[in-house]
Amino acid sequence: MTATESPTSPAAVSGRDLGQSQRKWQDYFSFNTDHKVIGIQYLVTSFFFFFIGGALANVIRTELATPDPDFIQPELYNQIFTLHGTVMIFLWIIPAGAAFGNYLIPLMVGAEDMAFPRLNAVAFWMIPVGGTLLLSSFLVGAPQAGWTSYPPLSLTASQTGQMFWILSVLILGTSSILGSINFITTILKMRIPEMGIHDMPLFCWSMLAASVLILLATPVLAAGLILLSFDLLLGTNFFNPAGGGDPIIYQHIFWFYSHPAVYIMILPFFGVISEVLPVHSRKPIFGYRAIAYSSFAISFLGLIVWAHHMFTSGTPGWLRMFFMATTMIIAVPTGVKVFSWCATIWGGKIELNSSMLFGLGFISSFLIGGLTGVMVAAVPFDIHVHDTYFVVAHLHYVLFGGSVLGLFAGFYHWFPKITGRMFNEPLGRLHFALTFIGLNLAFMPMHELGMMGMNRRIALYDPQFQPLNVLSTIGSYIMAVSMVPL
Amino acid sequence: MTIPSNILTLLAGVAITLVSLWYGQNHGLLPVAASSEATQVDNLFNLMMTIATALFLLIQGVLIFSAFKFRRQAGDLTDGPAFEDNIPLEIVWTAIPAVIVFILAVYSFEIYNAMGGLDPVNSRDPGPTVTAIAEPNTLVAFNPDGELALGIGVSPEDPAQQALAPLEVNVQGLQYAWIFTYPDTGIVTGDMHIPANRPVELNISAADVLHAFWLPEFRLKQDAIPGRVTKLVFTATRLGEYPIVCAELCGAYHGAMKSQLYVQTLEDYQQWQQENSPEQAENTEEIALNPAELSPGQFLAPYAAEAGISAKTLEAIP
Repeated sequence: MTATESPTSPAAVSGRDLGQSQRKWQDYFSFNTDHKVIGIQYLVTSFFFFFIGGALANVIRTELATPDPDFIQPELYNQIFTLHGTVMIFLWIIPAGAAFGNYLIPLMVGAEDMAFPRLNAVAFWMIPVGGTLLLSSFLVGAPQAGWTSYPPLSLTASQTGQMFWILSVLILGTSSILGSINFITTILKMRIPEMGIHDMPLFCWSMLAASVLILLATPVLAAGLILLSFDLLLGTNFFNPAGGGDPIIYQHIFWFYSHPAVYIMILPFFGVISEVLPVHSRKPIFGYRAIAYSSFAISFLGLIVWAHHMFTSGTPGWLRMFFMATTMIIAVPTGVKVFSWCATIWGGKIELNSSMLFGLGFISSFLIGGLTGVMVAAVPFDIHVHDTYFVVAHLHYVLFGGSVLGLFAGFYHWFPKITGRMFNEPLGRLHFALTFIGLNLAFMPMHELGMMGMNRRIALYDPQFQPLNVLSTIGSYIMAVSMVPL
Repeated sequence: MTIPSNILTLLAGVAITLVSLWYGQNHGLLPVAASSEATQVDNLFNLMMTIATALFLLIQGVLIFSAFKFRRQAGDLTDGPAFEDNIPLEIVWTAIPAVIVFILAVYSFEIYNAMGGLDPVNSRDPGPTVTAIAEPNTLVAFNPDGELALGIGVSPEDPAQQALAPLEVNVQGLQYAWIFTYPDTGIVTGDMHIPANRPVELNISAADVLHAFWLPEFRLKQDAIPGRVTKLVFTATRLGEYPIVCAELCGAYHGAMKSQLYVQTLEDYQQWQQENSPEQAENTEEIALNPAELSPGQFLAPYAAEAGISAKTLEAIP
């Protein structure tokens, strides 16, 4: 355990106790084991991939500005939304959560570094490798089966690209598992002796809950993807119905990870918000224990809701009913958090700076994602809107309106601490205003589109849906512009 | 004149309730409902929309109110009041959502049951049947033994569905079209015709990859899975022409995989049956074409107009 390392250990000599100003730029491109360096490496890398994923999103919206597939070929369109989803999930939100975790957790619990510094560096360096591999699939024909990669389509379309995708997600998943082991160990074992588990900052609670989910769910995805690669490369028939395999089993395995993945992506930013709001309201957090325990309630429930992604798939009626009930229950701990945050700002002395604006924007738009989440949990309604733009709107309100706005709240909140410099406050506010307008303009019309009959993942659509799509495209351009002040 | 704050709170609560009740019924976000089951789903959505609107207004109201009312004054460096919990309040805001989701879950269960989602024959999982995909792109007899299948079955509350023998239609999804086969008359067609007020039983299958059979106006959707038969049983109550959409990503031209459902009077339906039965040979030529022999462009040409594809785009397709 590195907590007891002497000051002359190799990690200390490599520059742990250097201040920010003494750090050389080369450190950020090397196998450095300092948690602050790794945190910044994670953050910069994930921002890099965020801009790539955002550019892909704007290509998608440009295509959808007209009903015809006229801007790009439909095959390319499918490749682009597949990579947009994969990049945003595995290379932006998950590593950005790890960035905050790496930078902040040792500081918050009073540890000298993460529990396993070298493992930590290994986990980080798998991100650029996996990311490069994923993007290089464009050279061989990128995968076009969506980020869900359902067989049999994933077994027939762009097979080489699909293999790149599997390898890349395996690498990124492994990185995520290694990171979670580090977070759990550091939080549980390396707090200063005076700090009990109920004295930890709430960010530590939420990272703990997210890391437990990573550790339990990600290996299942890895197993599923390895079987899928056998089907692809070796001609086995685990999921291939042409040889007697069952594509539904893949869906169960995939969602056993990928639904918890939503909580892996949102829980760290629940933690960020629970740190940001009290500071800028100049009040203590309201309901510390309720927020801490509800993270674990969400984490536990998150493991038993996966089949709500399969309400129209090969699932019998009783199973749909069970997963409807568990999914709806998640609204309770989530509601506790939202109410507690509202009570935290109530009566405070609020300073509306960039960080706080993003924090309030987070509650506002995550609320919409949460309310539509209860709606899509109801099986009879979900049967109508499943695989439509309603679901696209819902997931973007949760992941962009929730995770990403929470991420920016934390980014502005800790930017001065991380860099030692102050950012330009008016530009930060402009960034918020444009992002918030853009996101609502882009994603709000999608609710109506989906309910009226527009299915998702299509390059061409019925002309009656054009006006709302144009609105949505304008919103996506505003979001692209909003990143300029950043 | 100052109005006491508890009266203001009461007024705000009444306003939120009234607005939510009104918007829950008047959101206009759903297309027409073409079956009685669709109306029930809409009622469920309207209830959820009412609750969601109330919560939306409440939380957004708190955020906006706080952002204006509780602003820090310039130069004020003191902290706000340090209240950290309020157990009765926390119990209330845990209990209310719990009760709401309990009601929604029970109500959804009732409606799903009324739609036939828990029908003992048609909503179980018999497991994959390998025989159904003997050869790609061939039409095979689905569900030959009438065994259990997945999906939404006969509604226990609909006397029309209980009394009348359902019209069976075999639906097959393939890249990128729907093929409808009527076992009683042997008609094979690319768009679906059904009589109103008679239950229809769809046996859904897929020839190549996953598809999903979606009828937006009926609020019904079921994946078409290669190697399995899935079911939808419903009764159309409204005449008209409705889109049939593929809702599961099935390849590059997934967006063009569309068809039409014609709900007709019994007389119109019987006339259509006579005109299209296999004895009337002139139509079968076109219907029996094998999609495997055509390029995507040739195959899509007949559907181009309704899918909104321009001629130029069609030429660009290999």
